[in-house]
Amino acid sequence: MKSPRPYRLSPKAVPYVLLSPFVILFLVFGVFPLAFSFFLAFQTWEPTAGLASMKFVGLDNFAFAITDEWFWKSLKNTSWLALASGVPQHLVAIPLAYFIHTSFKRTRNAVIGAYFLPYITSTVAIAMMFSTLFSTDYGLINLTLHGLSQLPVLGGLFPRDPIDWLNQAENVKPAIAMVVFWRYVGFNTVLYLAALQTIPKDIYEAATMDGAGRWQQFWFVTLPSLKPMIYFGVTLSVVGGLQLFEEPFILTGGRGGTDQAGMTTAMYMYRTAFEFNDFGAASALSWLLFVFVALLTWLTNRAFKPRGPSA
Amino acid sequence: MPFNKISLMSGRRGLACLLLAFLAMSLAQAQQTLTVAAYPAVDDIAKAALTQWKKKYPNVEVKVVSRAFADHHTAMTTALSTTSNLPDVMVVEFGYVARFAEGGGLEDLSATPYSIKSQQSRFVPFAFRQATAISGAVVAVPADIGPGTLLYRADILKKAGLVEADLTQSWDAYVAAGTKIKTATGAYLVAHARDVKDIVIRSNLSPGEGLYIDTKGRVLVDSPRFVRAFELAKKVREAKLDNKISAWSNEWSEGFKRGTIATQMSGAWLAGHLNNWLAPETKGLWRASQLPEQAWGSWGGSFYTIPKGAKNKALAWDFIQMMTLDPQMQLNAFKAQDAFPALVDVHNDAFFDQPIDFLGGQKARLLWRDASRKISTVDVHKLDPIAEEIVNTEMDKVLDQGKDVRTALADAKALLERRVRR
Repeated sequence: MKSPRPYRLSPKAVPYVLLSPFVILFLVFGVFPLAFSFFLAFQTWEPTAGLASMKFVGLDNFAFAITDEWFWKSLKNTSWLALASGVPQHLVAIPLAYFIHTSFKRTRNAVIGAYFLPYITSTVAIAMMFSTLFSTDYGLINLTLHGLSQLPVLGGLFPRDPIDWLNQAENVKPAIAMVVFWRYVGFNTVLYLAALQTIPKDIYEAATMDGAGRWQQFWFVTLPSLKPMIYFGVTLSVVGGLQLFEEPFILTGGRGGTDQAGMTTAMYMYRTAFEFNDFGAASALSWLLFVFVALLTWLTNRAFKPRGPSA
Repeated sequence: MPFNKISLMSGRRGLACLLLAFLAMSLAQAQQTLTVAAYPAVDDIAKAALTQWKKKYPNVEVKVVSRAFADHHTAMTTALSTTSNLPDVMVVEFGYVARFAEGGGLEDLSATPYSIKSQQSRFVPFAFRQATAISGAVVAVPADIGPGTLLYRADILKKAGLVEADLTQSWDAYVAAGTKIKTATGAYLVAHARDVKDIVIRSNLSPGEGLYIDTKGRVLVDSPRFVRAFELAKKVREAKLDNKISAWSNEWSEGFKRGTIATQMSGAWLAGHLNNWLAPETKGLWRASQLPEQAWGSWGGSFYTIPKGAKNKALAWDFIQMMTLDPQMQLNAFKAQDAFPALVDVHNDAFFDQPIDFLGGQKARLLWRDASRKISTVDVHKLDPIAEEIVNTEMDKVLDQGKDVRTALADAKALLERRVRR
């Protein structure tokens, strides 16, 4: 049966029609919010009064954000958390991937699956579990520390009194960093494991012939071959770390903890909009954060760029 | 099949679909729907009222859209900002009333056809004033209130050789009693020193003064009220009388269960929560009293509002009247959900005279009724959420880092003034 002409697509239109689902969704959920937040960054707006109540204020929101004590405090918190959770992630993931790669054969998938599990677990479940673990008087972490402090020789290394993880300003950040580290180390391990599998065996064979030991092979063969993946992994960690939101938000009950010690910039942005009702300033904050993320990503790029023609 | 042969929809099938859609739409119209957006436990109260609603309006379906507390208010803010997807009836918690009123997105219920002012005397005075915006418009109808009370463990007090008056005479007496409790029983006086600050800054306000910012935009956070509150909290912390735990945490409910927290200041509804799930096994050990030093305060409270963009305003108003002005409904909500009635009509019901088992047979509802008459309205400013955050952060610095009280409050003032100037 032949359909009437008007319902047919011309060959020229076909690619556009087939692309349109993505393009439309991207415009609605990608481009529009971006443009709207950029627009909002120059407005003052009482949201409950409707869209008509926006007023253009020029760079006021940016001026406010840059001179805002809390913005800098949140940026400091974010950088601290990104470093303290990001650096160990890679320092642990690379040797771990190497170890899994060389020592496990048949059980490798099960082992790597166990490490990957935290990454796909729901944040709410994680937060509930960790707030129970971190509990001052009844938590497993403090219970373990207390048990360790009773040991005869090493006991002195561990605190005798229970640590108030989530309510004491100086403990909030390490607690959050621990959770973030735990959550993403498996993801990075998978990345490095994939990269390890692409390193040709003959390089190792040649290295063995030259008399290189296991340690030398790791240092002179594995690590340089992993460099592109390290660059990729570090970039992801930089971007993800600077936009950290979920873990600190849930662990500190949305407040950022005592003295806002765990309030990241993304959290401050969210609170400025939805708690303090200042969407203009929140948009300005988000663009400042974007500039910061872009800058650091560029620096990462520079750091990993091959130096000299030989590399 | 080549791509250009793909037909999007054949003509005949398209027509059939269109017809079906029309049919579905006309069917839906015969049955009217009233949407009510609420948070727990107001959603349950509204759902429980539907049998009575159905008797009057068998053809009007009521859809109760329920969200978690914070999500509800975020969703309502979004709905108001875009004037789309607005419910017909919007339940708003006390803290958000002023904020939503200022935006002008809520119906003025003092105007016709609502004329709520003719019913004003039937409501607890402070609750009705809370529903009145600075412009004079009444944007909400109070449904339930949270008269402040001091809940304390009678057994712990007895062990320490104290009586109720030792706690309530004055704030200094309260702290002194705390020291005795700690030495005699090891229990903490309060969950967090911040709790003491929270109630002191809310007591003894003159009318129109405002909590953090007055009506003229002056920042009040370095006033004697705040100095006293901060110093008291500091005293509590220094004497190690607080357990350093925040409300609604695991440790908090564990503290109640194990009897390591001797007193808790809160809305009257907390007694219900303790009884139902926080610490049911401590039944009979608790008592309620008025707050120390004749402080009268309120914790929370729910209001019914109609957004200006609502579609079924007449029906919405009928629904709100049923929830707020029908004594039976108000009483049902009190019995089922501990929602203390804002409607004065029911305050003389026999239910108020009944002893409460959880409080060892105390007739505490009479106490709370007394309190509800003495609470004065606190004017709400739209910057209150940020003001609270600023004050709490400085409080943390005083308690944890030993920052000087006056310096902390001066810093808080500077931070807040920066926001006010914006």
